[in-house]
Amino acid sequence: MIPAAFDYHAPRSVADAIKLLGQLGPEAKLLAGGHSLLPMMKLRFAQPAHLVDLGRIAELRGISQVGNEIRIGAMTTEHELLSSKLLAEKAPLLVEGAGWIADPQVRYKGTIGGDISHGDPANDHPALMIALDASFVLTGPKGERVVKADGYFLGLYSTQLAADEILTQIRIPVPAAGSGWSYQKLKRKTGDFATAATAVMLQMKGKSVAKAAIGLTNAGPTVLKAREAEAYLAGKEINDASLNEAARLAMKICNPTPDQRGDADYKRAMCGEMTRRALQAAHARAKA
Amino acid sequence: MAKTQKVSFKLNGKPVEATVEARELLIYTLREKLAHTGPHIGCETSHCGACTVDLDGMSVKSCTVLTVQCEGAELTTIEGMEQGGALHALQQAFHEEHGLQCGYCTPGMITRAYRLLKENPNPSEQDIRKGIAGNLCRCTGYQNIVKAVQSAAKKLAAAR
Repeated sequence: MIPAAFDYHAPRSVADAIKLLGQLGPEAKLLAGGHSLLPMMKLRFAQPAHLVDLGRIAELRGISQVGNEIRIGAMTTEHELLSSKLLAEKAPLLVEGAGWIADPQVRYKGTIGGDISHGDPANDHPALMIALDASFVLTGPKGERVVKADGYFLGLYSTQLAADEILTQIRIPVPAAGSGWSYQKLKRKTGDFATAATAVMLQMKGKSVAKAAIGLTNAGPTVLKAREAEAYLAGKEINDASLNEAARLAMKICNPTPDQRGDADYKRAMCGEMTRRALQAAHARAKA
Repeated sequence: MAKTQKVSFKLNGKPVEATVEARELLIYTLREKLAHTGPHIGCETSHCGACTVDLDGMSVKSCTVLTVQCEGAELTTIEGMEQGGALHALQQAFHEEHGLQCGYCTPGMITRAYRLLKENPNPSEQDIRKGIAGNLCRCTGYQNIVKAVQSAAKKLAAAR
C-alpha cells in the first residue's frame, strides 16, 4: 500500500508554509503527524498533489502558560502532551485524553493540531477542546484569527480552517482551581476509535454544580457540545437522578453512524453511559 | 520518470543515503534499498507494530512514515541493538524468557521495548503492557514478552 505520487515540501517557518500553500493552491495538503493522512493516502481516499510537511517548523511545537492561558503549538505530539508537567498540573483532562489516543508509537508522531484540523468526529481532541473551552489560532496570508472550538467544527472533515490557513496554536484558559475532569472512552481495543466517549470539566460550588462543560466524541458528524445537559446540571447536585437526566439530554442530541462498533441505538446508549461515568469521575475529583 | 530525491540519515550509527520518490514509505527504503530486513511488514496500516523502528528517540511505525521525512534523522533498527558481537540485554532476555514463538513481531517488540526502557528504566508490569500496546503478538499471549522486558530492565539496572 503506497500512496499516489505527490511533491513533498518541508518549509522551516510558518511564513514559508503559508507562502507555499498560496503558491500550490487547493491541491496541497498539510502533513502533521501523518497518522490519519498517510493511511488515507495509502487507501486513495486522499490524493493530494503536494504535501507540505509542518514537521520541520520548530515554532509550531511546545507548551507554555501565558497569563491565564495555556498555549500549545499545533505540532506538539500526543507523547509531549502526556509528559508535560504543566498540563498535568493545570489541564489534566488533556493528559488523560491523550493517553486514550491510539498507541505509543502513534502518540510519538500524532499531533494535537492534526487531530483537531482533520475534522474527524471520531478523533478525541475535539471533545477535549469543547470541554476545556479552547480557542484555535488560524494563521493565513492576511495574518492570524482566533476562533473558539465551539463552532469550529462544521461537518465530517470540515472545519473553519481555510485552504490557505494553518492551525498554529491551541489556547486553553487555565481551568478554575478545584475543577474536576474526566475523559471516559469506550473502545474495542488499543488503537480503535471510540464507540462513544465523553469529556467533562466540572466546577462545583458547595454541593451544587457551578458549571459543567461536556463534549461528545463520535456521536454525530462533528464533535457535539451537550448544551442542554450542561444547562440542566447548573445548580444541581450530582446524584443518580441528575446523572440520568444529564445522560438522557446528551443522548438526545446524538446521531451516531452505525458501523462495526455498533448500531446507532447502542452507540447512543454508550454515549449516555460515558457521559454518566465522566460526570461521576469529574465530580469525585472536583473540590468545591 | 517519477521525481526522486536524495535522503541522508544515520542508520544504526552509520551515515546512509537513499534515492526515493516522496511517496516511498520508510519500511520499504529500509528493507529494499538499505538491506535492513529486521523491521517487518505486518499489517502496513500502522496497527501491528512489526515495522517499529527508533527515529530520533521515538518509537515509530515505519509503514506510516515517509522516507523523505527522515532527512538528517538518527534511526535505530533491530540490527543496531547488538553491540560488539554481544546481544542487547533485551535480545538476551527475549531468548532466555522465551519471549517469542514465530518471531515475526519480535524485532518491532524489542525496538519498542528499547525506547520504553530508555524512558522508564524501572517499569511496572502495567507500564510494560501499556508501553507495548502498539505491538501485536499472535503467539505468546504477551506473558513471556512482559517477563523478558522486566528481566532486561533488571539486568540493565544492575549494569549501571
